[in-house]
Amino acid sequence: MQVDIKEIEEVAKTLYIRALKLLPTDIKQGFERLMRDETSTTGKTVLGTMVENIAVAERTKNLLCQDTGIPIYNIRIGRDVSLDGAAMKEAIRRGCERATKEHPLRSSVVHPITRKNEQTSCGIGVPVINIDFDERPETLEIEMIPKGSGSENGSFLQMLIPADGVGAVKRFVVDKVIECGGRVCPPTIVGVGIGGTSDVCMHLAKVAATRPLGSKCSDEEGAKIEAQLSEAVNELGIGPQGLGGRSTSFRVHVEVAATHITMNPVAVNIQCHSARRASATITPGGIAFA
Amino acid sequence: MAHHVLDMPIDEAQARALKLGDTVTLEKTLFGIRDATLIAMFDKDRRTRFDLKGHAVIHTAPNVKKADQRPGNNSGYEPVCIGTTTSMRMERFTKQLMQREGVRVIIGKGGMGPATLDALKEFGGVYLAIVGGAAALETTWIEEIEDVDMDDLHPESLWKFRIKGFGPLLVTMDSHGGSMHAEVNASAAAKRADVLARIGGL
Repeated sequence: MQVDIKEIEEVAKTLYIRALKLLPTDIKQGFERLMRDETSTTGKTVLGTMVENIAVAERTKNLLCQDTGIPIYNIRIGRDVSLDGAAMKEAIRRGCERATKEHPLRSSVVHPITRKNEQTSCGIGVPVINIDFDERPETLEIEMIPKGSGSENGSFLQMLIPADGVGAVKRFVVDKVIECGGRVCPPTIVGVGIGGTSDVCMHLAKVAATRPLGSKCSDEEGAKIEAQLSEAVNELGIGPQGLGGRSTSFRVHVEVAATHITMNPVAVNIQCHSARRASATITPGGIAFA
Repeated sequence: MAHHVLDMPIDEAQARALKLGDTVTLEKTLFGIRDATLIAMFDKDRRTRFDLKGHAVIHTAPNVKKADQRPGNNSGYEPVCIGTTTSMRMERFTKQLMQREGVRVIIGKGGMGPATLDALKEFGGVYLAIVGGAAALETTWIEEIEDVDMDDLHPESLWKFRIKGFGPLLVTMDSHGGSMHAEVNASAAAKRADVLARIGGL
């Protein structure tokens, strides 16, 4: 399959806007589950407002949240796909900028030192473009994640040592959830990375935070910790928006990677309740949005 | 737990009458402010031409589109999507915002800290929690972007909104030293040891 670069630009633009307006089905179902289980009156009211907001965004065709985030594009290239990789990256950048100017969207991206906003949602290294490969024949998947900053500021890395054990990993996660309180816009998805190098660990946490609800860590030991921490954080009473209640998180997600004999790294990256993502799958049959 | 409908601006007595757990709906005028605006105003001593005395500010930077200026709209912008950002980053500016500019109401998400609580007590003010991430809904409470100042900081300009039925919002920090955020944080900290013990995390 030969990929048309112009098509990638259009898809990159469309995905940014779609992601900002339509919440994925798994997250909507997550809200239904939390509404059933929430015992706090304030918690129920806050969740109710969030659910109402999802309906208002759909009805008025508006953005769910004003934070247009840091734009992240995850590219997965299957087998027998032919494309100009450098041109693809430029096309994604153009699509991201066009979404910002043509919709229009708030550009939330600034130079880290001068703080200058180019009003394009782009800058040095932004949009973030992650490229990976998989087995699917003649398939190119583009996933777009507008990562909100309130929850992105809830990011932490600790290079624990082997003597600290797995108990310290769990303690680190619970302590960070307590520290963040309502600032990260709960109910959240708490993404946890365990292992790897420092950068891999942080990336694992991001992958975990942006994974669909209902998915499970592929590593058996990781899945056990995922289940334990998911229970634990909802017993802290932080609740929706940190105003009290059970629904602190939809779920804790864990991703793992092998690490060094001297290392025991753990990372946390949090996703707010506006857990937005959109994807497009390009095959010889056409483009399917999800 | 009373519900209050407030035509902005308000005076000190009205601000001090608001108690933790009360709900509030604001009418008429609301100002939008955030990180860069506050850094410019208080770290670089920039002055706004707006009179913020007795008013409410919301921690926001909106999505807007260009529009023609017309009577009632000097900003040249129309709202696209207006929502609320995390307040805690603005903690160190609350006192100056109240003391120098006379602001009485701060609207945000996630709550603020002890410096804000002290300022609310000293000058007579209140923090109102809005549901963060519910911006599509919040946008329906905004009628017009009446004016904008310091727009070189766009989108972190100082915005003047005309509002209608802005709320209900929850009083989570009041002028009597009450903070629902501090209460929830203390309660979570108290549960920590038990929660960790159950998962082998101590």
